[in-house]
Amino acid sequence: MQYQWNFDWLANYMPVFVNGVAITIELILVGAVLGVCLGIVCAWVRALGPVWLKPFVAAYVELIRNTPFLIQLFFIFFGLPSLGMKLTALQAANIAMVVNLGAYSCEIIRAGIQATPRGQFEAGASLAMTPLQTFRHVVLVPALQRIWPALASQIVIVMLGSSVVSQIAVEDLTFASNFVQSRNFRAFETYLVATLTYLALAIALRKVLDGVGWVIFPRRKV
Amino acid sequence: MSLIAITDVRKSFGSNEVLKGIDIDIARGEVIAIIGKSGSGKSTLLRCINGLETIDSGSISVEGAQLLTEARALRELRLKVGMIFQQFNLFPHLTAGRNVMLSQMVVKKTPKDEAAEIARNMLQRVGLGEKFDAYPDQLSGGQQQRVAIARALAMQPIALLCDEITSALDPELVAEVLAVVKELAAEGMTLVMVTHEMRFARDVCSRVVFMHQGRVHEIGPPEDVFTNPRTPELQQFLGMSQAA
Ligand SMILES: Nc1ncnc2c1ncn2[C@@H]1O[C@H](COP(=O)(O)OP(=O)(O)OP(=O)(O)O)[C@@H](O)[C@H]1O
Ligand SMILES: [Mg+2]
Repeated sequence: MQYQWNFDWLANYMPVFVNGVAITIELILVGAVLGVCLGIVCAWVRALGPVWLKPFVAAYVELIRNTPFLIQLFFIFFGLPSLGMKLTALQAANIAMVVNLGAYSCEIIRAGIQATPRGQFEAGASLAMTPLQTFRHVVLVPALQRIWPALASQIVIVMLGSSVVSQIAVEDLTFASNFVQSRNFRAFETYLVATLTYLALAIALRKVLDGVGWVIFPRRKV
Repeated sequence: MSLIAITDVRKSFGSNEVLKGIDIDIARGEVIAIIGKSGSGKSTLLRCINGLETIDSGSISVEGAQLLTEARALRELRLKVGMIFQQFNLFPHLTAGRNVMLSQMVVKKTPKDEAAEIARNMLQRVGLGEKFDAYPDQLSGGQQQRVAIARALAMQPIALLCDEITSALDPELVAEVLAVVKELAAEGMTLVMVTHEMRFARDVCSRVVFMHQGRVHEIGPPEDVFTNPRTPELQQFLGMSQAA
């Protein structure tokens, strides 16, 4: 049995794929930047923050880490509007990814903060810095450096997980693939293209994250 | 008036009373060496003076101002009293220059250029003018400790607390750090040092405090303390440290 490859359709549908890739990139860019920011704030609360805030952050983290991403997405897209929040599908997807990565990165970053030698806090304090100044200027960068590989992996996982946003009709790469497949009926070739594109995106994202690490962590050792 | 007045200070960790009523008055420009066995409470005393530990009772005042536990007052105090640690505690992600600049910019809001200028001067002062752009892991232990001294000096403290600042150093690097401290002493900086360098204590310090089991067991000028130890505990301690 010989399979007849056919990629003739690709040129026609290229714009659909390009648009899908653009949306996926947008999702991960917003998700990664805001999600890691949220993760830093939550990690600070859990490791060093005021006691009364800790249970709230702990509840958020446990809630997100113990429920499916798809349900979180549905909750935000279909659930929140009944509370009067009108969101486009893309906005809902962005929020879901930020909230999701926020919770996972919180735990990763917290581990980095907790590995900080006590002397670093004491040096900051003895130089008359406030605890928050010490966290911001002394603790944070080495903490991120310690866990950067784990954080980068989590960001890549979230990028790949973003494919489920096609379920609420966000026109990401997965949505584009489904759309194209429903027109050309070449499932094998279409999903092969999608697979290779995700693979390329994941590799590129890792390279970008390595590069970011290179810039913000000038020293190899911490 | 004494610069640092320590009056009947007590401190316990749980049921372990580590400081059992400490009284020391330190005048401006004095160089005090604190000696004593491991666990006698030397580090705890220094940390209390800097507010890294809170005292249970008694009082500590600096320039007549009571040491309070309120955060803002504590930071005011730390602007006046710097601390240097055994493990240097440099910030590993910042260059030597940046280490010295950071607290000036963050705490005193000194503009960057001015902070860099001060950092250069301070590094020069500890003999590391060339190392402004070096990261801590590119420096020897002795150099790192001198950067830590420069970092503390940049805040223009009136006194420095030094906790065994040469104990983590290889023997051949001890001298360069002590030379810097000696210079500071000669310039009139008030220094309170926990040290095992008996020669240095004898040569440089104005008074020596021997701590034993959470108390000031003997205190006096180095000639007296080292040549005429009055208590058997100090005699034994000095015998030990000479043998070591
Ligand atoms: N944070 C802490 N929690 C509980 N106990 C402590 C703490 N810090 C110090 N101690 C105890 O207090 C006692 C005095 O410790 P301290 O570090 O002041 O001694 P030291 O004279 O500096 O000794 P060394 O020469 O070994 O540095 C020790 O018994 C120590 O175990
Ligand atoms: Mg000690």
